[in-house]
Amino acid sequence: MNLDLVIFAVSSVVAIFSAIMVFAQRNPIASVLYLILSLLSQAVLYVQLGALFMGAILIIVYAGAIMVLFLFVIMLLNLRGTEDLGLPSHPLSTPTKIIISTLFAVQIVLVAGRAALPPVTAGMLVEPDPTFGSVTEVGRLMFTEWVYPLQLTGILLLIAVVAAVVLAQKERSEDEPVVTIDQAGGPADPPTEKVG
Amino acid sequence: MEASVLETILIASAKVAALIGIVLTACAYSTLLERKVVAWMQNRMGPITAGPWGLLTPLADGIKLAFKEDLVPDSVERWTYSLAPIISFIPAIMAFAVVPFFGEYNILGFQIDGVISDLNIGVLWIFAVTSVAVYGIALAGWSSGSKYSLLGGIRSSAQMISYEIAYGLTIVGVVMLAGTLSMQEIVAQQEGILSWFVFKQPLGFILYMICGIAETNRAPFDLPEAESELAGGYHTEYSSMRFSMFFIGEYAAMIAVAAVGVTLFLGGWQGPFLPGFFWFGIKVFALMFFYVWLRATFPRFRYDQLMAFGWKVLFPLALLNTIVTALFVVMDWDVWPW
Repeated sequence: MNLDLVIFAVSSVVAIFSAIMVFAQRNPIASVLYLILSLLSQAVLYVQLGALFMGAILIIVYAGAIMVLFLFVIMLLNLRGTEDLGLPSHPLSTPTKIIISTLFAVQIVLVAGRAALPPVTAGMLVEPDPTFGSVTEVGRLMFTEWVYPLQLTGILLLIAVVAAVVLAQKERSEDEPVVTIDQAGGPADPPTEKVG
Repeated sequence: MEASVLETILIASAKVAALIGIVLTACAYSTLLERKVVAWMQNRMGPITAGPWGLLTPLADGIKLAFKEDLVPDSVERWTYSLAPIISFIPAIMAFAVVPFFGEYNILGFQIDGVISDLNIGVLWIFAVTSVAVYGIALAGWSSGSKYSLLGGIRSSAQMISYEIAYGLTIVGVVMLAGTLSMQEIVAQQEGILSWFVFKQPLGFILYMICGIAETNRAPFDLPEAESELAGGYHTEYSSMRFSMFFIGEYAAMIAVAAVGVTLFLGGWQGPFLPGFFWFGIKVFALMFFYVWLRATFPRFRYDQLMAFGWKVLFPLALLNTIVTALFVVMDWDVWPW
């Protein structure tokens, strides 16, 4: 029995199954949990491909940080059980969904049919370069060859953080002078009262 | 080939079994340690009835918890309610997979490495596992269907997320100095007491300990369990073995933080005369004692103080520590005379 094959099969089936279950049932908390399960099995696949660093980062960033925030929002909105949001769907929404999914499926089949996939040789995995996916190698590539995209991503995240801070600012009270971004040429002063 | 695979699996399984046994026993006796030490610090006797010096108390507690009725309130979300104790318990144990307990030994003709898996991303593994642990508490709070549990769960998750950032940054300093993420290699670099990373990263060690205590929701950061405000916090609605799983999980997380701290800052299993395993045990015990000592000494923080402390004091300090260490590493300044 090829152990690689077993691990690959189990984790891909779990990944796909839980990805489907994210939207195939209506409990929002269960959706989050299924998404975490899907991410964890994807991490297993990465590790199996020799990309240990990618696998670890996937768990730390997505499963450990982003999904916690998802869970938080759902907990704070207190969406319990199979509760319906009560919003009626637009009459055009169902046909649009069907058309988009059909077109997308057709495209996938066309592209996959045309692409020349290399023949699968014995053994599931090609023996990777020993340094492939190691922290050293990923770091070296990221800070030499891909340094501009990396910096740009950093700036993008910074913009998002600044935007979040501006949006989250508390409404000023009546007696305080109102300083808008347009007048001052910059974001208003941070609120002086203690947050928390 | 076939035999060596089998051998690897057998040795790994034996190590996992031994590790779980050791960690669970250590968890049980940590409760006794805590009660005894706190009692002595408060001029009391502590548990004395079960066995000599109360040594059988953890056993009695375990039996009591196992035989209690497992109450499940009506308002809970069944699945998540049952899942939450497991989620909070498993990651705490999983963190030990990369902690080296001793160096290499030759036991019964097998060359045995004192760590279950010497991953070359060992430190990242610790992060990954501790970052998943927060789900158990968050879900327990949410699924219990009680406002005390929900508040406890939300507090606790917010606390863990906030302190995780500073926690991660303190470890970055050690990783930069060591130039590796493998725990066994980090230990190997700390041969001799003066090369322990605690002397190269004193601020890092202090921050690590504070963040570690906050991460494991221990006093004086045990806000999620503030009895006077929240009843039992996130585990208010749990009883019997489910409750004890939270309890074991919390103590396992404590021991894990102590074990990782020992490995990263205090030379791991390195030490003179005694075998590595004993040194490791002694150092972990010292840190655990420190934990208990803190609990008996400090009053609990208020919630806003806790958040402000994490974000406005610990986080900038951890960042400072990282930047200064990076500067030293980049400039190749070797300021340590030893």
